[in-house]
Amino acid sequence: MEKETCTFSFCAKPAVEEIETDLLLIGGGMACCGAAFEGARWANPKKIQIVMVDKAATDRSGAVAMGLSAINTYMGDNDPADYVKMVRNDLMGIIREDLVYDLGRHVDDSVHLFEEWGLPIWKMGDDGFSLDGFQAKEAGKVMLKDGGKPVRSGKWQIMINGESYKVIVAEAAKKALETNRAATGIKTNHYERVFIVKLYHDAKDPKRVAAAAGFSVRENKIYIFKAKAMVLAAGGAVNVFRPRSTQEGQGRAWYPVWNSGSGYALGLQAGAELTMMENRFVPARFKDGYGPVGAWFLFFKAKATNSLGEDYCVNPEALAEAKKKYGKYVDNLGTAIRNHLMMRDMKLGKGPILMRTDEAMAAINKTFKEKLGDKEGAKKVKHLEAEAWEDFLDMAIGQAGLWAAKNIEPDKFPSEIMPTEPYLLGSHAGCAGFWCCGPEDLGAPEEWNKKWPGGSYNRMSTVPGLFMCGDICGASGHKFSSGSHAEGRIAAKNAIAFILDHPDYKPTIKETADQISAELYLPFEVYEKYKTYTTDTATNPHYIKPKMLQTRLQKISDEYFGGISTWYMTSKTMLDSGLAQLEMLKEDATKMAAANLHELMRCWENYHRILSVEAHARHILFREESRYPGYYYRGDFDLVDDTNWKCFVNSSYDQDKNTWIVKKVPYVQLVEDAAPVKH
Amino acid sequence: MPSYVITEKCDGCKAQDKTACQYICPNDLMALNRDLMKAYNQEPEQCWECYNCVKICPQQAIEVRGYQDFTPLGANVIPMRGTDSIMWTIKFRNGILKRFKFPIRTTAEGSVDPFKGKPEADFANLKKVGYFTTSKPMPTIKK
Repeated sequence: MEKETCTFSFCAKPAVEEIETDLLLIGGGMACCGAAFEGARWANPKKIQIVMVDKAATDRSGAVAMGLSAINTYMGDNDPADYVKMVRNDLMGIIREDLVYDLGRHVDDSVHLFEEWGLPIWKMGDDGFSLDGFQAKEAGKVMLKDGGKPVRSGKWQIMINGESYKVIVAEAAKKALETNRAATGIKTNHYERVFIVKLYHDAKDPKRVAAAAGFSVRENKIYIFKAKAMVLAAGGAVNVFRPRSTQEGQGRAWYPVWNSGSGYALGLQAGAELTMMENRFVPARFKDGYGPVGAWFLFFKAKATNSLGEDYCVNPEALAEAKKKYGKYVDNLGTAIRNHLMMRDMKLGKGPILMRTDEAMAAINKTFKEKLGDKEGAKKVKHLEAEAWEDFLDMAIGQAGLWAAKNIEPDKFPSEIMPTEPYLLGSHAGCAGFWCCGPEDLGAPEEWNKKWPGGSYNRMSTVPGLFMCGDICGASGHKFSSGSHAEGRIAAKNAIAFILDHPDYKPTIKETADQISAELYLPFEVYEKYKTYTTDTATNPHYIKPKMLQTRLQKISDEYFGGISTWYMTSKTMLDSGLAQLEMLKEDATKMAAANLHELMRCWENYHRILSVEAHARHILFREESRYPGYYYRGDFDLVDDTNWKCFVNSSYDQDKNTWIVKKVPYVQLVEDAAPVKH
Repeated sequence: MPSYVITEKCDGCKAQDKTACQYICPNDLMALNRDLMKAYNQEPEQCWECYNCVKICPQQAIEVRGYQDFTPLGANVIPMRGTDSIMWTIKFRNGILKRFKFPIRTTAEGSVDPFKGKPEADFANLKKVGYFTTSKPMPTIKK
């Protein structure tokens, strides 16, 4: 197949703005907002410049754009070592314990800041009932940092009124960037609606990255940011597998639909080593609306059962069968195992699986009335009902709309839950991401810190000067929103140290501005060259539009890499076949076509999705076991094999040769085993 | 649940250089038809129903209707976002109405002063764990 090139014979040349700076933050979500805040305080006295570039508007960008009803990681009185045990258990025994412990000991400071900045946090009232953020303030409840008692929905989670969570966190980040402008004298250091497509290596030191290039989605303009260090937090990958929804509903992804794998793709193309990319997350959520179930399970004590009313997590036959294959991991009933048991009943025709919200509300109603009398009890139940709706309205508004459309009042009817299509991420209950340097003081092997290539800088990837956080720092899930902010701060502080340690470094790249423009604008050139060949621009043999690129990717992932259509089942033969088809899709990506800037962004987003999925499939292929039953199964190795596979799987991609190296890295346990679970 | 723009209410934010919905949409979905000076959702199947366009629209011209591949007709969810709290009105298909009001922030918009009262960065601690705000020694794993 002939290759297309862009010589600007058909599409217009964009303007180019080159910006040379010190620290570049790629992304504007929780992690980079944390990086801006912490980074500015260290950078300002040294006159180090910080620039943030966000593909959306920072007030409402990233995974917290809609809001959240809880902060899922807050230590409070808990020991970070217990947090390590929980995360290790939920992620089937393989995590970077140094990174997870480090996150646990840092995270509360960020939560305390959120409260100071104005995030309403629920507090425990004197009567043992919860007070929302306003009621708590009126009742004179002290702030968390002064010992205030949050309302725990689980051991690690606290409840918030989080509609404006991201707006508040963004305000602090933007103000911090403003202080950096004042300290350094630069005019602009916050670029919104600029989509970063690719990182470029340093001309003199090809191991390092020296620049990031992208384009404005508002005007015909290319941006080339040269920087001494970068913090990358451009999110996980959503809509990479065929979703359960068929048309409009594809937008109602469980994780934010705009997380297009850019975090993974930018880093892996730069040669950064990946870890645990075989991991994925398949959350069980309310069907179709994908509303959160955490509060219903943890806070309202609702039970999920099959349609015969049986609790599928205590079925002795199912447990024995699972234990034979997946061993001790079944005992702790982590998220993957619960999914596995749920799907077993679905395959036996015992579905739909139901969240018994009605029974939970009835039980609460009874307890409250017994405790408080009819009148006061009813009042508290009404308050609780509002809290249940707020859980949706703060973070999955469409679920509230779906219940309203189906006349579902949760106190009268149970609701169906369902395992979703797979997602790739590293900050929620997943751990796909990059292999990063950790702290020196936790007893981890020196290869993970002191002997790190490029020097010991916490959260630096294997590419010197390129730091990872949020969804893309790997093997360290369960950070959630607060942990992503906290990790962004760790990354930025260490990036400042890196910059100060390399005072003479000046980033240079071998590519010219013209070459970069031609590379990024190729989908425009292709479209303009061929668009009149057919009577309808949608159907044309010379190119592929971004929507069809995504559709083909989703179909390949779904059918060969263990999506919903095979009940998450795959194998070596299926992976090999899927990867061959993915290779052709990658080739076809050189014929992507965009009619406008919006489509140009979609083209490159989908290219990022393809690379993320390729890494995922190659890792699953390498790991000859089913480490995450309930998320995916290797039919040819349907067991958890600790003897051979209690280890990390790491990989790196050579973009010039289009080759992958995949390898095992030994596991190192730092925190003792948890006490055995009693049943 | 894609957002839609009510023709009569949208004025294309004509007083500004770009519309509020275009500014805020995290997925770059809202576009402006310059001939009509009306906004529209250019890619409804990529809409996460985050409601940020609905909340920010100065004309209250944007609402959301359920994704028709699984949502029956007839319900709606309408927010009214103020400076410190948000009011929600949920209308069920069968006519039931529910109204809720929740806090959104405890401080005035724009009042965050991120470094006020915070310590300066102590460069002696740059290579140590902890933040510039950290005052106590960080715990480590006990063996």
